[in-house]
Amino acid sequence: MRLGIISGKGGTGKTTIATSIAELEKGSVRIDADVEASNMYLYYEGKDMDKEYFSGSYVAHVDTNLCIQCGICNEVCKFHAIDLGKVNQLKCEGCGACTIVCPEKAISLVEEKTAHIYRTEIPDGNIFRAEMEIGGDGSGLLVSRLRQKAEKYGKNSLTILDGSPGIGCSVIASITGNHWVLIVTEPTKSGLEDFIRVYELTKHFNIPSMACINKYDINEEVTWEIESYCKDNDIPLVGKIPFDETVVQSINQLKPIIYYEDSKANKAIRDMWGRMKEDYIKI
Amino acid sequence: MNIAVLSGKGGTGKTTIATNLALLLEANYVDCDVEEPNGFIFLEPEDIKSRDVEVEIPKIDQEKCILCGDCIEACKFNALAKTKNKIILFDKLCHSCGACGLACPTKAIEYTKRAIGKIEEGKRGNISLKRGIMNIGEPMAVPILKELLKELSEEGINILDSPPGTSCNVVNVLHYAHRALLVTEPTAFGLHDLKMAVELVKRLNIPFGLIINKYDENNPYLKEYMEEENIELIGKIPFRREIAENYSKGQTLIHVEKYRGYFQQIIGNIEEVLL
Repeated sequence: MRLGIISGKGGTGKTTIATSIAELEKGSVRIDADVEASNMYLYYEGKDMDKEYFSGSYVAHVDTNLCIQCGICNEVCKFHAIDLGKVNQLKCEGCGACTIVCPEKAISLVEEKTAHIYRTEIPDGNIFRAEMEIGGDGSGLLVSRLRQKAEKYGKNSLTILDGSPGIGCSVIASITGNHWVLIVTEPTKSGLEDFIRVYELTKHFNIPSMACINKYDINEEVTWEIESYCKDNDIPLVGKIPFDETVVQSINQLKPIIYYEDSKANKAIRDMWGRMKEDYIKI
Repeated sequence: MNIAVLSGKGGTGKTTIATNLALLLEANYVDCDVEEPNGFIFLEPEDIKSRDVEVEIPKIDQEKCILCGDCIEACKFNALAKTKNKIILFDKLCHSCGACGLACPTKAIEYTKRAIGKIEEGKRGNISLKRGIMNIGEPMAVPILKELLKELSEEGINILDSPPGTSCNVVNVLHYAHRALLVTEPTAFGLHDLKMAVELVKRLNIPFGLIINKYDENNPYLKEYMEEENIELIGKIPFRREIAENYSKGQTLIHVEKYRGYFQQIIGNIEEVLL
């Protein structure tokens, strides 16, 4: 069973909830798929078992001995990434148009170092994560590769993927192929708008989704708006989690919220997971 | 002068900072979080004009195509494939680079346009407000960002409200930024992601300062990191449930008397340290 956690808007509580569910369902395979700002793995002091080099794109490389600085490459580059044989690596998308037109065959494409992928062993299983080169391209491909790597470990258990904000390539790569997606939203005008967009994305790709409202008591009016949106669109609303300052403490102590017995959020997340398992997530 | 507001981690308060500063500074506001733009909720522009953002995609003339497959080999994004009797395009994978057309020996490839999002522009008083919006299901935001940022006003200040993360989208915004404001929250997650954002602005040689949102007194390690890296603190916004409630309603903070001062202080520090 594969469950992806996404939100549209950042900072709504994806990682708090993903980690909680993984802790409640011991032996879950965890994928930290917010590859640009990965936080889930910070909860764990595991042992990195295998490390894999990942390249998500190419970059143009110019042999200065062959380059005659004719400037033909400048003309074809749609990304303004090359100037008389000098490549701006951050602008280059590795398309190779320059290599086709160079009369001296001075340009070739080389793999751009984008990320390292790790399988990290933790007491009750594995977490898959990536360290991405700052400013790197290809985060969607990287998420796909992470998932592929995790696949054989999650055959008979729950695989839980902690996604990134937004609706772009890495989110698309995070939701496709899941049995369910849980959208974590918050009752703010921004949260609602972003929720609708990311829900539409799941619909676009035909992935069944359910929703939960985090910090629901910050604004009960918007919570009500989210609830009616869910009702109108047949989105199961599986949880409402109250605002709880213990969550900040839990993040700073890097101890999942479900281990704080008195926490209101803990209780709500446990109830939510109970409901999800009973009605939707069959492991 | 373009000032980018970025964070690494999502939900730290980029839009709160960017919208309030734009109003107080009377600066133009550009929402670059084209996947999930929220700034207009707070700024409520009037007279919105909207236009499509289009990218070029190849169109293959089947009469001229000899099915040699050179275009497929040239496409590094796997956007072209060959079936029994024609070349087909997966349009969402296409980066509009034009390599296929250059590689085609029979000039069978022409280019046509496809919309992937929109640019909306409006006004609030004297300031201009702009945002990009990516269509649902599109993977790539960069072409929208380029269109959004290519003709910014040269007079005064433009505030660029950036997307979260540290990858190509953010890099493309930073290509247009002269200064950067990094917004973080004092949590272990905030710090971890802040470090990545700091590394990025340093790599691009953009002078920057830090704003700590949801500030509380007991956060020793953020302080330590700032000292180590010699980072200028531009301002702090306190951790208050009231602020979160205010945000949830789509209200700006500078219109609340007791919070206005925090933003005035930020502006003072920007002028002193960054300009």
